[in-house]
Amino acid sequence: MSLSSWGVALLQALLYLALAPLLAGWVRKVKAWLQNRRGASPLQPYRDLYKLFGKEARMAHTASPLFRAAPYIVFTATWLAASAIPFIATGLPTAAVADVIVIAGLLALARFFLALAGMDVGTAFGGMGASREMFVSALAEPAMLMAVFTLAMTAHSTNLSSVVDHQLLHGIILRPSYMFALTGLLLVALAETGRIPVDNPATHLELTMIHEAMILEYSGRHLALMEWAAQLKLLLYGSLLVNVFFPWGMARDIHPGALGIGLLLVVVKLALLGAVLAASETVLAKMRLFRVPAFLNLALLLALLGLLSHVILEV
Amino acid sequence: MNLEQLPLLQQLMIVLSAVVLLTSFVLLEQARLVAAIHAFAWQGVLVAMVTAVVATGSGLEHLFFSAALTLGLKALLIPWMLHRLVRRLELDRHKEPLHHPALVIMAGVALVIFSYWLVLPMIQEELMFTRNIVAVSLAVVLIGLLMMVVRQQAVAQVLGFMSMENGLFLAAVSATGGMPLVVELGVAFDVLVAMVLFGVFFFQISESIDSLDVDRMNRLTERTDEE
Repeated sequence: MSLSSWGVALLQALLYLALAPLLAGWVRKVKAWLQNRRGASPLQPYRDLYKLFGKEARMAHTASPLFRAAPYIVFTATWLAASAIPFIATGLPTAAVADVIVIAGLLALARFFLALAGMDVGTAFGGMGASREMFVSALAEPAMLMAVFTLAMTAHSTNLSSVVDHQLLHGIILRPSYMFALTGLLLVALAETGRIPVDNPATHLELTMIHEAMILEYSGRHLALMEWAAQLKLLLYGSLLVNVFFPWGMARDIHPGALGIGLLLVVVKLALLGAVLAASETVLAKMRLFRVPAFLNLALLLALLGLLSHVILEV
Repeated sequence: MNLEQLPLLQQLMIVLSAVVLLTSFVLLEQARLVAAIHAFAWQGVLVAMVTAVVATGSGLEHLFFSAALTLGLKALLIPWMLHRLVRRLELDRHKEPLHHPALVIMAGVALVIFSYWLVLPMIQEELMFTRNIVAVSLAVVLIGLLMMVVRQQAVAQVLGFMSMENGLFLAAVSATGGMPLVVELGVAFDVLVAMVLFGVFFFQISESIDSLDVDRMNRLTERTDEE
């Protein structure tokens, strides 16, 4: 691996960091437009993060060292997982280091510490949020892996970079398995990033919170890291969806022009995905918690159908 | 056999038949009768589209006719009749949740794998790509059967029966380029007559046991007049 490819990999990882709040802000802005409000500027999440980083971090008396360490672990694990997903170019060394199973593992690590931190202080809401988070993710993870395995079977590799390369090389082919995997993965992404209809990112209503309930005790820079990690996770799933299923325009070699086009196109694609997400959040209502298993069962069924239709119809 | 080497029309056909399989699962799982009828109508639309695609690809003109027949009968007429029946029996708000939805879905997936296994020798024998769709259509037939087993509502069972017919039609179209027109007309007429008969039966059942829950028929006993 040459030095320049590592440079691009580093650039890509920094781009993930820099663009994550923008995507969250963009979704909020579009949602505000759809609700006939003016809404805050898409740059508002940056201001929030800046403000939170400047504030003092308060700790509960009952907090253990784990509570203090969790935000750093959650943030780093999510960032590492994100940087392994091709963003503007394929064939980068970070993609060669981590395949999709490692990415799922890193996300599980982040979730584990998030749930532990939620329970650490010993408030009722933290424990409730943690148990709900584990409940949702235990159902979402098999569906996600199954959907990604569908792609892996087509490309004969669990490495996302080769999956994307395979897509780019073969041009547009109508594949039923991709269609099923895409819809399955969309549902999983909604559940995993805590969007409507599974969780409401904007709520502070006690009975419906999942993610918010776990980070209720955090303040200052710790809260900033947790929020940034959540925004990173949204961008991670967004780029997984747009880059794996619609990779056209991604740079396949390290060349400034190609990288520029890749960046421009991925931003456009993510903006479209964000608008679709905002529209679906405006149309849908949050479902009861006990309906979530049915929702994720559907995701698993779609992923399974993707796998089966690959085996039956495509091989 | 590789998907990349196929012409776009055949790829489209494969995608459509995969969606037919999906609608079968939707039918199996849908608790609300009206929504299930809509899912059945969509399945009819998809089967008609597959037929039209086969007709365009192969140039068999009588297939256009059977596509139109399928569209008119299975996507419009029969769903409309069922809809009217459901409204007249005041079942539009009726909801019949499955007892073990995840288990039923897994049974459906197992049936898909089983039908693939059954069709496997045929796929290896023949090199025509669309024969893989036979596995999908067999799965649609078996899922229709499963639906008749797990559902208690008579209307839902009829939907399962009708979707079995869809599966058979899909198999005929994809494997052999459609049945002769006479046979097709006969089958269509049979389905229509069956639908009318089912309608009459629904009224009879609901009149005699005051519900369309077929399980309650098990509790019927012969009246014993011992006086």
